[in-house]
Amino acid sequence: MTGVKVEITVNGRSTTDEVEPRLLLAHYLRENVGLKATNIGCDTTSCGACTVLLDGESVKSCTVLAVQADQLAVTTMEGLAGESGDSLDHPVTAAFRQEHGLQCGFCTPGMVMAVAGLIAENPDLDERAVREGLEGNLCRCTGYHNIVRAALVAAGKDPDAAQAAEAESDAARTAPGFSAGSSEGAGA
Amino acid sequence: MSIMGTRVVRVEDPVFLTRGATYTDDLTDERLTGALHLTLVRSPIAHATITSIDVSAAREAPGVVAVLTGEDIDLPAPLLFPGANKAMVRPWLATERVRFVGEPVAAVLTEGRYQGPDAAELVEVDYEPLPAVVDVHASATDEVLLFPDAGTNTAAVYNKEDPDPDFFADCEVVVTRDIVNQRVAAASLETRAASAVWGDDGRCTLFCSNQNAQGARDEVAGWLGVDASQIHVVLPDVGGGFGAKIGADPEFGLVAWLARHTGRPVRWSESRSENMTGMVQGRDQRQTITIGGSRDGRVKAYRLDVVADAGAYPRLGVFLPVFTRMMAPGTYDIEKVDSRARVVVTNTTSTAAYRGAGRPEATAAIERAMDLFAAEIGMDPAEVRKINVVPPEKFPFTTKGGAEYDSGEYAKAIDLALEASDYAGLRAEQKARRERGDAKLLGIGVSSYVEITGGGAFAENASIEVHPDGSALIWTGTSPHGQGHATAWAMLASDQLGIPVEKITVRHGDTDQVPEGGGTMGSRSLQTGGVAVHKASLELIDLAKQRAADILEASVEDLEVDTANAAIVVRGAPGSPTVTFAQLAEREELKVKTVWDGKKPTFPFGSHVAVVEVDTETGKVTVERIWAVDDAGPVLNPLLCEGQRHGGIAQGIAQALLEEVVYDPDGQPLTATFADYGFPSAAELPSFDLVPMETPTPINPLGFKGIGEAGTIGSTPAVQSAVIDALAHLGIRHIDMPTTPLRVWEAIQNAVKEDG
Repeated sequence: MTGVKVEITVNGRSTTDEVEPRLLLAHYLRENVGLKATNIGCDTTSCGACTVLLDGESVKSCTVLAVQADQLAVTTMEGLAGESGDSLDHPVTAAFRQEHGLQCGFCTPGMVMAVAGLIAENPDLDERAVREGLEGNLCRCTGYHNIVRAALVAAGKDPDAAQAAEAESDAARTAPGFSAGSSEGAGA
Repeated sequence: MSIMGTRVVRVEDPVFLTRGATYTDDLTDERLTGALHLTLVRSPIAHATITSIDVSAAREAPGVVAVLTGEDIDLPAPLLFPGANKAMVRPWLATERVRFVGEPVAAVLTEGRYQGPDAAELVEVDYEPLPAVVDVHASATDEVLLFPDAGTNTAAVYNKEDPDPDFFADCEVVVTRDIVNQRVAAASLETRAASAVWGDDGRCTLFCSNQNAQGARDEVAGWLGVDASQIHVVLPDVGGGFGAKIGADPEFGLVAWLARHTGRPVRWSESRSENMTGMVQGRDQRQTITIGGSRDGRVKAYRLDVVADAGAYPRLGVFLPVFTRMMAPGTYDIEKVDSRARVVVTNTTSTAAYRGAGRPEATAAIERAMDLFAAEIGMDPAEVRKINVVPPEKFPFTTKGGAEYDSGEYAKAIDLALEASDYAGLRAEQKARRERGDAKLLGIGVSSYVEITGGGAFAENASIEVHPDGSALIWTGTSPHGQGHATAWAMLASDQLGIPVEKITVRHGDTDQVPEGGGTMGSRSLQTGGVAVHKASLELIDLAKQRAADILEASVEDLEVDTANAAIVVRGAPGSPTVTFAQLAEREELKVKTVWDGKKPTFPFGSHVAVVEVDTETGKVTVERIWAVDDAGPVLNPLLCEGQRHGGIAQGIAQALLEEVVYDPDGQPLTATFADYGFPSAAELPSFDLVPMETPTPINPLGFKGIGEAGTIGSTPAVQSAVIDALAHLGIRHIDMPTTPLRVWEAIQNAVKEDG
């Protein structure tokens, strides 16, 4: 097998290795660098458990070859945990804990990085924008309710107010009488 | 103030949110150094005889250490469900016949991970296709047999009595319907994985992703023909289970055997497409529901006929219709209930438990029946339900399904859901839209449900030890995979002992540390394992008091716990000497082990109201809101409890709207990847409105019932009902799940045609 040399900055540290050209970035991070937070949950780029930031933009690391990341900078969830490796000071991880945005934890590293990427792109998020922004990241445990809240909190929003606003906007369409607390309905 | 009922954030999270959890495939355990990677060659054909297997080219491929077929394995083939026909065993690797797409045919062991799939592609298998049996009714005819030696495709029959032809004779109104509770995939985000290594002591350490270490140990030991003490199962963190990780998978046995055979550690972690054909799937019942009663809304008789699909090799799915039959009457007090079930094998993936496991199928059936009955007599579906539910004064209530419901206020739950949703307002809006001729119509669905939790094993053990440094260790036979037991069990002990949650560690899922245990399934954990931790805490206090009595020179009766200081003190004697648990532990080991046996299951219940918008031009359904009353007794930690409800509701909605494991007539799976399977994302779901209600059970001292599956059981029928309700004015009475845009659109087109 012919190896190709790559140099990839991972969480601020320079890494280098000879890799097979077909090696996925996800496997490079897990096997070559030894960072196991990034998970692989599917083989069709559907689940997003492997989401990392590549030069600041969220990508699914199962759909990027390690050679494509050569000379670029990758951030994984471990990279949010500070020098000590156990800090929960990052607003996204702190919000996930506070809002119980994780259960089994498998989607979590990808979900956290997707949220970090989403906020970097657009800090002014509402519930709908969060839901659509996280469409590429699947979670089987939480029903997304608390993940959405965590994303809103990390973006500096009040999750109760944001969820109420989204419910109100649904209510305005589905049952105008409901949002006003009356039971007369509309337009009859 | 007691810690009980408070929103304690999880002690699991700091690791999960920094370096990540450690799943089986993440293990860097030194015992696994130099492990071989297992890749399985799986059948691409659903039903065929194998005419030849040529592994010679694969054996020459780079990195290959061994390629094995079934003939190389000297172990009897396992019967995966003990009660099944003895001829329905699953070969470790198929040699003569394959019975589903995904069945393992050859095992490839390689030094490197990527070398496995490369070599597996070089294994040449010749198949002679046989007619595939995919439909359960076709299977029941026995025209094509999966196991000729069994002489039948039927794996089980429950209730062999012929139905009474006069069963509905005294009913003014009788409605009957064939409905489908479709097959779905558990789709835990972590696929299946196992690693095995045999030590010099002749014991096997088996790391695997599972919901019950002790059960997996016993099964694997049985398959390998060794004593259970020779198998040490260790569950690392588990990335979701949802019922599909109950019981050992035959692949675990194969991994353990291969490690013994090669003398090297072996690792296996399946891909998602392997998982979508290899891991057990759930539900899959064809049901005929018949309901009869009077025009004043009283239901008098209900019959449920089930034909369930076991898949190719019988597993737990063969048993689940027992739960379906038991829970058939739901929350209703019905004079006559009759049910029967047949379970057959087909050329598909095996079925087993999936969140709810037999109970959602019962609830979906009776709730559809109530809706059909309500529509037939022209009464509001919520009203019909309230007329027929078991009234509070009848508890404990023994049902015609044979269950003893412990406690419940079913009408109150319905009322709470109706109030929260402003049901009358929603109905008015629905009417207005219809009158305006809107393209986007509103549908409202109401469900009432009761389910059974802790229905498998009623007893569970717990041990607690306090250490001289004031920390404590809890060992539990439950096996969390996302539920948060480390937090919840610590809260239960902390509540009694006063030791802070962060100083309590919970151990589980290691059969050397916890040799006995029932694992986590059937929403059993809190009401069995949690109550056991509570009981162990009380026994530890008794032990501590006995020892403290001498030290404090007081009688045991005069001692009490000072939870502020985790100490034993003399009651009503401030300033007198005290002794902390830690100080007692310094003198002598301070540890208790106990078993809590509730002897019975409990029956959580609730009611959901779902509102959907149906676009009549496209058939697309959007869930706008869902209000859920899920009463599982007192809530230990609302954060965790709500999380369970959220996840359950989402999975329930997904079954109603999106998810279905589909096979074509040849048994080819059409939904074998996440690109094809209808797994919902955040964009397809709303936030959920949870309505609190707490009715304790008398079965245990804390009043706890299970909450793990309730959301799933309540939401599916509410959402399905809402979709149909949106179109009720067109004469539409039923649409099978999942209510996809195509099905909804077709139903509308057919209704309009009939009308025209």
